[in-house]
Amino acid sequence: MPSQGHTVELGSDVPLKLDCGVKLGPFTVAYQTYGRLNEQKSNAVLVCHALSGDQYVASTHPLTGKPGWWHILVGPGRPLDPDRFFIICANVLGGCMGTTGPASVNPETGKPYGLTFPVITIADMVRAQAMLLDHLGIPDLFCVIGGSMGGMQALQWAAMYPERVYTAIPIACAARHSAQNIAFHEVGRQAIMADPEWRAGEYSLHSTTPRAGLAVARMAAHITYLSEAALRRKFGRKLQNRSAFTYGFDADFEVESYLRHQGITFVERFDANSYLYITRAMDYFDMSADHGALANVFANTKVRFCLVSFTSDWLFTTWEMREIVHALNAVAADVSFVEIETDKGHDAFLLDEPELHATLSGFVNAAADRRGVAPAPREASV
Amino acid sequence: MSVGAGARGELTRHDPRRPSDIRVDLRLIADMIQPESRVLDIGCGDGQLLRYLVQTRNVVGRGIELSQAGVNASVAQGLSVVQGDADSDLSDYPTQAFDYVVLSQTLQATRNPRRVVSELVRIGRKAIISFPNFGYWRVRWRLLTAGRMPRTGALDYEWHETPNIHLCTILDFVDLCDRLGARVERRISLTSGGRNSLVQRSLHVANLFGEQAVFLVSRPLPQPVP
Repeated sequence: MPSQGHTVELGSDVPLKLDCGVKLGPFTVAYQTYGRLNEQKSNAVLVCHALSGDQYVASTHPLTGKPGWWHILVGPGRPLDPDRFFIICANVLGGCMGTTGPASVNPETGKPYGLTFPVITIADMVRAQAMLLDHLGIPDLFCVIGGSMGGMQALQWAAMYPERVYTAIPIACAARHSAQNIAFHEVGRQAIMADPEWRAGEYSLHSTTPRAGLAVARMAAHITYLSEAALRRKFGRKLQNRSAFTYGFDADFEVESYLRHQGITFVERFDANSYLYITRAMDYFDMSADHGALANVFANTKVRFCLVSFTSDWLFTTWEMREIVHALNAVAADVSFVEIETDKGHDAFLLDEPELHATLSGFVNAAADRRGVAPAPREASV
Repeated sequence: MSVGAGARGELTRHDPRRPSDIRVDLRLIADMIQPESRVLDIGCGDGQLLRYLVQTRNVVGRGIELSQAGVNASVAQGLSVVQGDADSDLSDYPTQAFDYVVLSQTLQATRNPRRVVSELVRIGRKAIISFPNFGYWRVRWRLLTAGRMPRTGALDYEWHETPNIHLCTILDFVDLCDRLGARVERRISLTSGGRNSLVQRSLHVANLFGEQAVFLVSRPLPQPVP
């Protein structure tokens, strides 16, 4: 699909004030756009990516050559149709695909930030995105949408900039990161930091990278994105290209081979320090922390919400999504909530789930009609 | 709720593609609702009534539905519907958040109808409640003559598989409203042939000949201090 890749330097005049107190600026944001902003500037959609995602939401990934991570949902004739909407997806602050993160060079020292990069939060990511919108001259978003950490950003947008959000679609996320999820993230971080090649975060100065540690982090995390049922269905106890055990520690089982592959390919495209920073941002996420009750965050909100959860997602459970629904009901907000039956676990939000598509199409198009966004020209969506 | 959705689908045939073609009891409910008002439909099924109200009355509509299929169908049509349960999820809503709260063919399937009705008149300035009337003469007749649990068009379940766990008569419902201090503003009884004006006159006649009832109820007025 035709898309445009851009980078922009932001915060050179007024730096971004981070939650940790550090003022960051200038910094770079790398983003992709699809479609065109209409004259009324009423059709902008911000897609927020997850922990291991990036701005290549619907275009071929430059490092892996794989299709965009949400090409199923973003494209002509899809729920987020570039013939109707102007779709923006930016690499998050702290990321490693062009936006400033720990692997970027600190202009003050001329060396990569490494662990001197300030710790960022989900709110900081959203503030950086808001600065990007300011730069693009977009007053408000028709829609902010994302799954997992992307869903956290969508919620944060609705909380922090309610006047700039017409609809918010948080998918498979939570209003606060659970103890279990923090625990899994800590396992991943410890795996990275235990790798001698990590070198206290300064691996790039030694022309090395903690491959083993990052791969293990990814393997552990990947298990949490699946479900026991999906693992059983896909792999069971099947052996990998062999008919008997080797009585050793080679990848005898298909599931082992699959996880190792996930780990190895991840290392090719992701920076280990970015993984530390972004998982930390998710751990710190707790919307009710400053407000007492979650409902207070959304008092008098005019944002129209559509929340989606998946039955077999044990990383961000339906129960956690329902907590947000309860809070929104308590302030009589305009909210829809759909739980989708699937055995695919947390990953379901990235997969071809017809119910998800029907829900998003219905919600997005009805809201766009209400806002007076012109529908996609028919011949263009063939 | 799935119960409401199921009961709604079985009563009369309708073509969901035509908003004007809507079941007779839903039409009665819709006729009680002022245009441009805020409406919460509890047990909204696949969103038939909500869609009708949005299209013909321009209401601000919200729905709660127990069945996943119903919620998904509603949201896919652009309606604001959440998955939830009349028994457990009404306490979230602020007082007087809606002009009308609708509970259609669902009350008899709730675990605690008294609490549900009191929540309805708290959340809504007015509540519209429809239910099958267990005082209907065919119900009485079947129990009297056959000595078996009654099955009628509006209550078409075997006793061991029915979701309807709190059936009541029109008189029982009026009594509940009295206990809650809720004011009955309108009462319409439907016979199997639809609306019949003769049945409306007396409560006892309605209780005998009405197969279903639709009530418009409002919250108790603050009592004057003596």
